Amino acid sequence: MSAEHALPQHDDAGHDDDHDAHDDGVAHSTVAGYVNGFVLSVVLTAIPFALVMSGGVVSSGVTALVILAFAAVQIVVHMVYFLHMNTRSEQGWSMLALIFTTVLVVIMLSGSLWVMYHLNTNMMPMSPHEMRNAP
Amino acid sequence: MMSPTPKRRARKRWLLMSDILAPAAGQHLGPADPVVTPLVFYDAAGTHHPKNGTLLGFWLYLMSDCLVFASLFAVYGVLGRSYAAGPSGADLFDLPLVAMSTAMLLISSITYGFAMIAMQRRRMPAVLAWLAATGLFGLAFLGLTLYEFQHLIHEGAGPQRSAFLSAFFALVGTHALHVLFGIVWLVTLMLQVGKYGLTVDNRRRLMCLSMFWHFLDVVWIAVFTFVYLMGVLP
Repeated sequence: MSAEHALPQHDDAGHDDDHDAHDDGVAHSTVAGYVNGFVLSVVLTAIPFALVMSGGVVSSGVTALVILAFAAVQIVVHMVYFLHMNTRSEQGWSMLALIFTTVLVVIMLSGSLWVMYHLNTNMMPMSPHEMRNAP
Repeated sequence: MMSPTPKRRARKRWLLMSDILAPAAGQHLGPADPVVTPLVFYDAAGTHHPKNGTLLGFWLYLMSDCLVFASLFAVYGVLGRSYAAGPSGADLFDLPLVAMSTAMLLISSITYGFAMIAMQRRRMPAVLAWLAATGLFGLAFLGLTLYEFQHLIHEGAGPQRSAFLSAFFALVGTHALHVLFGIVWLVTLMLQVGKYGLTVDNRRRLMCLSMFWHFLDVVWIAVFTFVYLMGVLP
């Protein structure tokens, strides 16, 4: 992650082991970066918890969608501010691996839920409640 | 007089054939033919490979770990409403406790970030102090999770109660196990840094643990949203 030129705060210059400091592949993170990420994720955590814990849920479906959206945004915030993801690190290979994994995860999750939902509705026409009260 | 014509003709035909074959052979040889450009390996000549592939390799490990969690999430998604006439998430989950766990893990993330900044500035005592703080918040998270598990099992809502609880314990338990290993790794690295200082190797190890620790926080976001918050929705 060759971000050291973009960040004037980094103060490695003058150290005896400076020659290897630049080849660490490290993102030279800043206090401000971490604090921004922390504040953002506190807000993005507090809102969904407040929504659910206040009990004034209008509709379960809408609330579920809203808190899922907050989770997605918070994951991106963590990726950017804490894991320092960008398209330049490791010549883009880490981003490529992330995109590939995301595609796999989406296929795995949506495929499992989709297939098993249809299996349940087609193979088990009775609800658990009906099954319990079946003669 | 006997005419030599057939033999000369035959020889001439052979020469012609060799003339036809020659350019083809030249193409394979490459440098003999000025039209053919020499073969260039762009990967070796153009980009420079990073000296240290450990961080990319560790990132690939994290991505494979991500798939482990994705399959556990898929299991929970499929079985999460199969209560077997037992308690549901709304009956069991204690959201203030979950909020406390979330806060612990989130604070441990930023303390680890401060440890990384202290590492960049080569301040070893600060690095050790921030790592210790991270470990304590991680332990607090682990303690809360274990308390929750013990409480659930005591109430008769153990992993054997229903498919929902089996999937719940598998997913949250795997995450807690990761945090436990993260703490063991953290203590090991604190001893290493304390003994050998912030050497190149130790800095690389600290960066790998940083990725691991923040990755666990990312997984926890998915857990508290998908399992706890969506679990208590009516």
